Amino acid sequence: MVELETAVVGQPRRLPWLAATVAAKIPETPEATTVLFDVPGWPGHRPGQHVDVRLTAEDGYQAQRSYSIASPPEASQLALTVQRLGDGEVSPYLTDEVRPGDLIELRGPIGGYFTWTVADGGPLLLVAGGSGVAPLMAMVRHRAAAGGGPPATLLYSSRSWDEIIFRDELAGLVVADDGLAVVHTLTRSQPPGWTGYGRRVDAAMLGEVFGPPTAGAVAYACGPTPLVERAATDLLALGYAPDRIRTERFGPSGG
Amino acid sequence: MGGFVSRGFRSRRRPDAETAERLPPGQYLTRDFPVLSAGPTPRTSLSTWDFSVVGALPEPRRWTWDEFQALPTETVTKDIHCVTKWSKFDTVWEGVSLDTLLAGVETDATHLVAFCDGGYTTNLPLAEVTGGRAWVAFTFDGAPLAPEHGGPARLLVPHLYFWKSAKWVRGLELVERDRPGFWETLGYHNHADPWREQRYQGD
Repeated sequence: MVELETAVVGQPRRLPWLAATVAAKIPETPEATTVLFDVPGWPGHRPGQHVDVRLTAEDGYQAQRSYSIASPPEASQLALTVQRLGDGEVSPYLTDEVRPGDLIELRGPIGGYFTWTVADGGPLLLVAGGSGVAPLMAMVRHRAAAGGGPPATLLYSSRSWDEIIFRDELAGLVVADDGLAVVHTLTRSQPPGWTGYGRRVDAAMLGEVFGPPTAGAVAYACGPTPLVERAATDLLALGYAPDRIRTERFGPSGG
Repeated sequence: MGGFVSRGFRSRRRPDAETAERLPPGQYLTRDFPVLSAGPTPRTSLSTWDFSVVGALPEPRRWTWDEFQALPTETVTKDIHCVTKWSKFDTVWEGVSLDTLLAGVETDATHLVAFCDGGYTTNLPLAEVTGGRAWVAFTFDGAPLAPEHGGPARLLVPHLYFWKSAKWVRGLELVERDRPGFWETLGYHNHADPWREQRYQGD
């Protein structure tokens, strides 16, 4: 696994800005796009970690933002799945403006707590809201690339069927793997005949989907603050240990 | 600075001159108050809450919630800066200055480690938390501090990245050798000065 490189004198090396070339763009939903990058010199990462992106305009203006990595360590390209924020300035650039061959700067990997690999064991419990699925998808993809690993369940809250990011890929992974379950809840609108959950994540839903704690269980929740607060509080109430519940927020702020 | 131009990127919300001057490098201004924490939000009853100063001092100090509220408080207006890139201007806090909590302490300590409900820790040089630079805050914008923002009380060290302003703080351990805290052992910078953009180890 990746450790920050340490120089001889014991001083950690600065994470360098790397030149990343846009290799491809994958439309995921009307608002979310995955950008695949070739990043020469990328040191590798653990599922759950993120990168800082830095953009420079011709007049020298710069903007930085953090994005979770959606690709597993096993992938040759780095995937950032970006939700377009209307009043943002970095996310609309990444979703709308960039095209293959463009260069941006990024550095990472960053974050050493909200991470999981198969070596960390499980069962793995994942709660995602909207584009907060990105770092959890890196875990799901890593688990698949590693050939399985501990059982994993993803509870994924989206506003509607069309806004489920990675919907088809997740469905394919579930078919191929008895150890993976994906449960969707659609909070704003449901397609005709929908028999799944149609409300925000709550204690009853978490109890039904995950059941009581079992030995080794570890939970990761990522999404908007209300969802993450709800999930973490309710998992505690269900008996999960606080140090086995890890959280990351994707607020409406930023962009 | 440095860096190369990314084709087609232009500012959509270039800050005005006054804002630009108040924004540390790499930060942008936000008007809401994002929540960041690594685990569940602890909820501690005020009847069992206390605040203590322990470690390298002759006698530990301890205050109950009521005793803590009876200490002299200050109301301060500060800009805050999160390592995840947002900054928020003119935030208003009421709390007890660390000058008050540490007044008269005889110690050989050089640093402190703030400890919190939920197990979070962060380290700070003593010289940077005295002289009107750090508080234990229990109101935000005139109202009791909400649990997701660190209530009932959090550290406020506005001149450093905001992870140093530990939520749910319960005390300070005075230490004679610096001891990195939670994020400081997970790749984040030990000192965390936003004006020097000390985000990660090695910055």
